[in-house]
Amino acid sequence: MTLLRSLTGRTWRLSPSLNIGLPYLWLGLFFLLPFVIVFSISLAEPALAQPPYTALWKWVEEGVLEIRLNLQSYLLLAEDDLYLAALLSSLWIALVCTLLCLLLGYPMAYAIATAPERWRVLLLMLIVLPFWTSFLIRVYAWMGILRSNGLLNNFLLSLGLIEQPLQILHTPLAIYIGIVYSYLPFMILPLYANLTRLDFSLLEAAADLGCRPWRAFLAVTLPLSMPGIVAGSMLVFIPAVGEFVIPDLLGGPQSLMVGKMLWTEFFNNKDWPLASALAIVLLGLLVVPFVMLQRLEERWGRRLEDERP
Amino acid sequence: MRETASGLGSRPGGGSAIGRRWPLFTVLAFGYAFLYVPVLLLILYSFNESRLVTVWAGFSTKWYGELLRNQQLLDAAWLSVRIAAVNASIAVVLGTLAANALVRHGRFRGRTGFELLLTAPLVMPDVIIGLSLLLLFVAMQQVLGWPPGRGFTTITIAHITFSMAYVAVIVRARLARMERSLEEAAMDLGARPLRVYLSITLPLIAPALLAGWLLAFTLSLDDLVIASFVSGPGATTLPMLIYASVRMGVSPQINALATIIVALVTLAVVIAGLTMRRPKGERT
Repeated sequence: MTLLRSLTGRTWRLSPSLNIGLPYLWLGLFFLLPFVIVFSISLAEPALAQPPYTALWKWVEEGVLEIRLNLQSYLLLAEDDLYLAALLSSLWIALVCTLLCLLLGYPMAYAIATAPERWRVLLLMLIVLPFWTSFLIRVYAWMGILRSNGLLNNFLLSLGLIEQPLQILHTPLAIYIGIVYSYLPFMILPLYANLTRLDFSLLEAAADLGCRPWRAFLAVTLPLSMPGIVAGSMLVFIPAVGEFVIPDLLGGPQSLMVGKMLWTEFFNNKDWPLASALAIVLLGLLVVPFVMLQRLEERWGRRLEDERP
Repeated sequence: MRETASGLGSRPGGGSAIGRRWPLFTVLAFGYAFLYVPVLLLILYSFNESRLVTVWAGFSTKWYGELLRNQQLLDAAWLSVRIAAVNASIAVVLGTLAANALVRHGRFRGRTGFELLLTAPLVMPDVIIGLSLLLLFVAMQQVLGWPPGRGFTTITIAHITFSMAYVAVIVRARLARMERSLEEAAMDLGARPLRVYLSITLPLIAPALLAGWLLAFTLSLDDLVIASFVSGPGATTLPMLIYASVRMGVSPQINALATIIVALVTLAVVIAGLTMRRPKGERT
């Protein structure tokens, strides 16, 4: 204990380097550095070896270093329409799902944010709870519901609404359902956080001045909740583009999404350079919206601060 | 929730026009049904006698019995729980340090990069994290000879990398909202900063640490994609096993397993929720 006490003075001076340095070091080593390696391997050549790619550089003779950068993987991605189609369809699916999450999530977040205070904690906890429950299992639950002899079809058949079972599993519709279902809490939470901080007296003022509720919503609430909308959309869109489990389990074998394609190239075709090139392209697509949205969010945040009396 | 009386209770725009709010509540009810019906059906059908998951043939707990005799599955579950526990413990330390840095050290050099590095793992698609970490481990093995093989260690490192970002979010929010007066009082009385941190700050943010630990634990227990990339032969986690059997089709054993997981997680969340609320109650 005396030792600890004599150390404390020094430890505190060390604390910024500990607090900042240790997480920085970890993330630099295990998050940032890997991307550099992925990029370098995307420029390697696939080979029948362990690991299955060629080295980028080798010493050919004393003092001569030969570096081979192989752009074949990227050329393949550009030439084969399948990869472009997968990228576009991933972006499209993620975009549609983000909009659907927003359409469903916004009214839910609004209802929770304006509910009586004593209900709010419970309502919010019910949103968070599925997020804690196994994602894989929740996707699996939909398999049992959407199958052609599944619960939904049995239910609709017994009501006489349909004559033939609907084919939903292994269609794009199943992917949409799965993504909206899995990512809905990510949309609701930032929206809720934003809407609870909203100054509702502005709405009262608008009403007093003769503004109809819908106009007041469009002119006051919606612009003020923009940071929440942007944050929620980002939290849904970015991971949804690279989603693997949902297109694989619900979308079926022919479903076209880039995350599934990367998985197949890596695990089934053992083409590590091509999988790396796909990861780099996907990353490039996502880094831009990621940085843009974060800046936008910061700006909205600052504007909100300025507007506060 | 006794602190509601403090003034937040009346929201002019909110509760006033309840008559006009029914469309909102319809959407809310639909949303909750959408979130909960699939899981409830899963639980219901885990007690189904029939092997056909979609036909109800009477109440039975036989799938739970089969589950407990499935050695392969129990091994995978044990591996996953060990990984999750080690991951959560280290992620809480790193995440808390990161939260300290963000809340307590102001605008230090490289803060923007620090924040970006902490946010990116929250949204980065799993396939990218998994692939990049595997390639790192392969390169490290070639250059350093470590890690010797892929399995427990590599999966745990991978999980810590994204879990600590989640822990940082939770602890950061708590630290930012925390009253500083107790710390200042202790400081005025001559306590050294580390002493203040250990005996005042840490107990005050303990609920957030617990919530962070539990979240890191469940995130790790839940991860399929990243573990599949960075695992090696012989190390099969529970999600990897579930995935393999789910691809074969719907199986009643998985329903039973899902029910157990849902029950445990619900219990953990309720406990975390209760411990998070207690300090507030004590204050009033």
